[in-house]
Amino acid sequence: MSNTTATARLTTLQAAWVVARRDFLAILFSRAFIFFLLGPLFPIVVGGLAGGIGSKVQQQAAAIEIGVQMDAAQSAAMIDAATMLREDAGVAIPPLVPLAGKVATDAPEAILRERRGNYAAIVSGTPEAPVLTAPSDQMERFRGAVGLVAATAGGTSPSSFPEVATQEVVTSAADVKRNRVQTAQAGQMLLFLLTMLLGGMVLSNLVEEKGNKIIEVLAAAIPMDAVFLGKLFAMLAVSFVGIAVWGTVGVLIYLGSGWDMASFAAPAVGWPMFFAFAVIYFAMGYLILGSLFLSIGSMAATVREVQTLSMPVTMMQLLVFFFASYAMANPGSTIELAAAIFPFSSPFAMLARAAQSESLWPHALAIAWQALAVAVLVKAGATLFRRRVMQSGPRGARSGKRGFWRKRAADPAA
Amino acid sequence: MDMPLSDRSTKDNRVDADIAEDTAHPLAIEARGLVKRFGGTLAVDGVDISVREGAIYGILGPNGAGKTTTLRMLLGIIDPDAGVRRVFGHDRPHEIAKLIGYLPEERGLYPAMKGVEAIAFMGALRGLPLDEGRRRGAELLENHGMGFAIERQIRAMSKGQAQTVQLLGTLVHRPRLVVLDEPFSGLDAINQGKLERMIRELAEGGTTVIFSTHVIHHAERLCEGVAIIAGGKVPYAGSVEAARDRIPAQVRLETRAREGAWLAALPQDARREGDFFHFSLPEAGIESLLKALIDGEAGILSLSIERAGLHDAFVHIAGEAAARALEADNAAEANR
Repeated sequence: MSNTTATARLTTLQAAWVVARRDFLAILFSRAFIFFLLGPLFPIVVGGLAGGIGSKVQQQAAAIEIGVQMDAAQSAAMIDAATMLREDAGVAIPPLVPLAGKVATDAPEAILRERRGNYAAIVSGTPEAPVLTAPSDQMERFRGAVGLVAATAGGTSPSSFPEVATQEVVTSAADVKRNRVQTAQAGQMLLFLLTMLLGGMVLSNLVEEKGNKIIEVLAAAIPMDAVFLGKLFAMLAVSFVGIAVWGTVGVLIYLGSGWDMASFAAPAVGWPMFFAFAVIYFAMGYLILGSLFLSIGSMAATVREVQTLSMPVTMMQLLVFFFASYAMANPGSTIELAAAIFPFSSPFAMLARAAQSESLWPHALAIAWQALAVAVLVKAGATLFRRRVMQSGPRGARSGKRGFWRKRAADPAA
Repeated sequence: MDMPLSDRSTKDNRVDADIAEDTAHPLAIEARGLVKRFGGTLAVDGVDISVREGAIYGILGPNGAGKTTTLRMLLGIIDPDAGVRRVFGHDRPHEIAKLIGYLPEERGLYPAMKGVEAIAFMGALRGLPLDEGRRRGAELLENHGMGFAIERQIRAMSKGQAQTVQLLGTLVHRPRLVVLDEPFSGLDAINQGKLERMIRELAEGGTTVIFSTHVIHHAERLCEGVAIIAGGKVPYAGSVEAARDRIPAQVRLETRAREGAWLAALPQDARREGDFFHFSLPEAGIESLLKALIDGEAGILSLSIERAGLHDAFVHIAGEAAARALEADNAAEANR
């Protein structure tokens, strides 16, 4: 072999880059991508609107009332001051109501912790020395308003404002757990929808390619592993663009609708880390599922065959999702461990764990494990892809449904 | 081949030996004993091929004979079950992909791509930087009278135009070996002529061209060497001239006299059809026969010696069934 021939081919990574670049740009500038972007926006927009409306209803119905636990005269002064500030001066102050009934003399912290009534916060003490009792995440929201109301009620406004003492309500562990489960469920659902959507897209992209008969041009020029990798990572990049767009729209809706992230309990690892894990687990989940779908695509010659072959995988993925959801409800159990280990459910199970448990080391372990599973599945998928894709090409496509079953005995000689 | 190298005729062995020993023109492709099975079907059964660098070489056979499978094995798209193949001395053709251009039988382009982008992409697959691919692609399209296709999407082109774009994409990285699978298929007569010219120009520039076809006259006009393939076997691989020499030249004789002693001088295979006698050219030549005809006063009105064409050679080598299949393919294509 001469020196000229020694380097006379692209490496697998270079070739994968050529394929990925073309696929990425082709998909990004296609009409299908617009629909791909718009599809998930419908639930987001509807969800956002529903969330906004729900939030408003919730605010109006119950949550935004501040209870007053003072003597009758002081209570009346505080309530009058709040009403005057809100109605005459246009200050955004939630309504103040006197504590009534059995809870009138209970400790404010106990009233809020045990949800005896629908108070968002309670003001006690006197207008000169008010005490604000509220959950920690609501404290800053009401502190200024209470100071202004107390100063108005005490007649010292606007020259001086009383110091508002605070008393935080510690939410019960059961509440925290319940709320984090909701966060975990939402994260899992989002992850599942995204991976299924994108896995399906990479599959239809490959089938379209076989229909275009371009696959032999690729197979002759570059390793089939590179075609497989290029397609897989191009769609991953496309999905990140999609997620960026959806995320931006989501943030805009969040900012515009008045919907409160507090509806979801902060995940145990915190929001920034949770989002980081969501991206990583999405990538892992997509690569695992995408390599499976691409392997199926290599065996299928027609859209109908793809539908037939991908149905069991879709069903399996649904079962995996239910498995991960079930495991989430049993943290620390053997089932949760199994869900975290099984590669197909691991991304879902671990994202749920990020919402429920603070410890980070299991994530490092899980990500390494999932990366290994991705490497094995991508390699196995690429090998299968290389072996099958040229045997079920155009001739199989012409033979319709029988193509797949005839493949083993197919005669591509011409 | 359907028989070991040692069993083949002396003439065939001489052709291969000539090729192998020609150090001025080393082999671009060398295949020995290629076998490929698909399930229970033996698609290719012991194919031997030698193609010199700079040659135009044809693989001639009916559809389903194993042409595409042979080319795919030569290119490394699929691996043979047995046998070896070397391209420019390299037994893993994929590793020298930059040196090869390939036009598959099933043409394939991305419909949304513009002509120049499609060519540049095909070049990029063979290691040509995209910018250079675009520059060369535009140049190639202009030179082939298809400047309009530079910015036109493939889906907006005619089939022939798209085929030309793909062919130019096959050549854009300036390969040393060009492999074309049924390149004339689907082209009208004008474009077939253009393609023939292009193939000749490539060979004149030192590029080796190997193409498969079921149309004999393309192979006859273009190729210095051919492999005749039928039923997965290659009963003949060598020069076109040697293939034609497999059949003795045919003599057609017209005489004034109908009877006479001169009749005994005619070869045993001579047959009379109307006023003409037909027979194979005697191994000793025509001179002694002419003398006998003149001495016997046969009265020669006309005498012609016709050398066998590649079609006759194909029938002789591959058999009647393969020849009929070839003609059926041609008829089907003409009706398309």
